[in-house]
Amino acid sequence: MAIAFEHVTYTYQAGTPMAHTAVEDVSFQVPDHGYLAIIGHTGSGKSTLIQQLNALYKPSAGTIHVDDFTVTPETTNAALKPLRQHVGMVFQFPESQLFEETIRQDIAFGPKNFGMSEADANALADEMLTTVGLDASYADRSPFELSGGQMRRVAIAGVLAMKPQVLVLDEPTAGLDPQGRQAMMELFERLHREQGLTIVLVTHQMEDVAQYAEQVAVMREGKLIKFGTPTDVFADPDWLRANQLDVPRAAQFAQQLRQRGLTWDTLPLTADQLADQIAARWPAKGADHV
Amino acid sequence: MSKFIFGRYLPLNSVVHRLDPRAKLMLSFCYIILVFLANNPLSYVILIALTVGSILASKISLGFFLRGIRPLLWLIVFTVVLQLLFSPVGGHTYFHWAFINISQFGVINAGYIFIRFLLIIMMSTLLTLSTQPLDIATGLASLMKPLRWLHVPVDTLAMMLSIALRFVPTLMDEATKIMNAQRARGVDFGEGGLFKQAKALIPLLVPLFMSAFNRAEDLSTAMEARGYQDSEHRSQYRILTWQKRDTVTWILFLIGFAAILACRRW
Ligand SMILES: Nc1ncnc2c1ncn2[C@@H]1O[C@H](COP(=O)(O)OP(=O)(O)OP(=O)(O)O)[C@@H](O)[C@H]1O
Ligand SMILES: [Mg+2]
Repeated sequence: MAIAFEHVTYTYQAGTPMAHTAVEDVSFQVPDHGYLAIIGHTGSGKSTLIQQLNALYKPSAGTIHVDDFTVTPETTNAALKPLRQHVGMVFQFPESQLFEETIRQDIAFGPKNFGMSEADANALADEMLTTVGLDASYADRSPFELSGGQMRRVAIAGVLAMKPQVLVLDEPTAGLDPQGRQAMMELFERLHREQGLTIVLVTHQMEDVAQYAEQVAVMREGKLIKFGTPTDVFADPDWLRANQLDVPRAAQFAQQLRQRGLTWDTLPLTADQLADQIAARWPAKGADHV
Repeated sequence: MSKFIFGRYLPLNSVVHRLDPRAKLMLSFCYIILVFLANNPLSYVILIALTVGSILASKISLGFFLRGIRPLLWLIVFTVVLQLLFSPVGGHTYFHWAFINISQFGVINAGYIFIRFLLIIMMSTLLTLSTQPLDIATGLASLMKPLRWLHVPVDTLAMMLSIALRFVPTLMDEATKIMNAQRARGVDFGEGGLFKQAKALIPLLVPLFMSAFNRAEDLSTAMEARGYQDSEHRSQYRILTWQKRDTVTWILFLIGFAAILACRRW
């Protein structure tokens, strides 16, 4: 198991009249090299949940296993540094974490904190810069001269440079242009496939969930209300809508077709799956158009 | 940080919360003066009764209150110990060594300082716990109105104050977020030697200032876009009106104040 949550509860400002339980009794497991998407209405506790993964917030109750690490309410801060390197965390709007004079220094900041030499870290920074799709010539520029989307890429490069084994992404594509979004999602998919990174993705994009995730967790008011494969979770659109969520567009379309009398073996979730299934149905007539 | 309640607002629904902020500000101000005028046990008993009574009326639990001001206790203890050890000779001397001198005079003085400190902190904490920052700003602006005659730009000052207060929690949240992001990149805040700790602040402060400046710029653009003009006479959405509970509170406090003045050692 790459990740296992056992009855994890987290309360903000515990012990005060402002106490607020943002995550309540959550249990689930993600296999090695898994790809988990977490969805849920805004304020449902997704960000709080994932920050437990590298113990930025330690659980108020329960146990978390991440590969060889175990985090409990009693875990001390001293033991956390290796975990922080193991779990790379890309926050919501990570561009606000940039601070160095040059982009290279900013990307190298994480690796250096975890004990890498200056030279190695700088070399790695240049490599990561191209990995996230920015030109190598940016390395010596100030991160504050960049556009929002470019800053996002630099911030993500800074996390990837830590060489984490688990990559946690909190709405990494919010506010990016469609092409940038797709490029980002494909980068994460590549890291997942080629380097075997375990990925935890928080997102509001049901298309991304359908296309990339192997497991889906649905949160509501701090509770995990559904956990399964995308096919399981998207099978019931009425239930999803009742929880302020939706099914991917391709699945919506497929369901509308079903109302018109078409039957599907498995509900197609992405445009590709939809096209394949439709094409399989009329092999003779439209074959050369597909 | 989250256990530290000094300067924070706690939304509850009590008489104290609903009092006119001007009344609260002025009474707190008078109260502080009275704390320094009180000088015998009886006057302190009255002050303590006023304080505890106000806290009880605010529905904030006394335990939460005491736990919240505990971080400030060290400051108080430090001052009291200084007072105890280095106060001038007077009365009976209990202990004397080199320049350290514990005398009856010193012990009594230290006791007073301790109570004064505690009372002032408790009352001002109660003020901020029970009054929204914006209400404090409105109240202050309203109290400063007479200064207009002296050509003090009261409205502008009030606007500055309320914007500043409004953004304190926003910046606190922002700071927490940035700290978390940098901790995830391997920064240890508050660990290691002084130099290392100071260096760890750079990755926090640079983004925090960036975001504060950006916010300020966005805000001023937004205000100008909506036609904000400086030093214009401005009406207010929430108008403060004097209520019966304000009168009652004033009367209770004035009785208390008069009692203190009456029984203090002149
Ligand atoms: N620092 C904090 N102190 C107190 N309460 C908090 C804090 N951060 C979040 N909360 C509360 O915890 C709950 C869950 O917040 P969280 O940020 O985890 O939601 P989310 O699912 O990530 O939402 P979004 O989709 O908008 O990012 C919310 O009700 C929020 O108000
Ligand atoms: Mg979030």
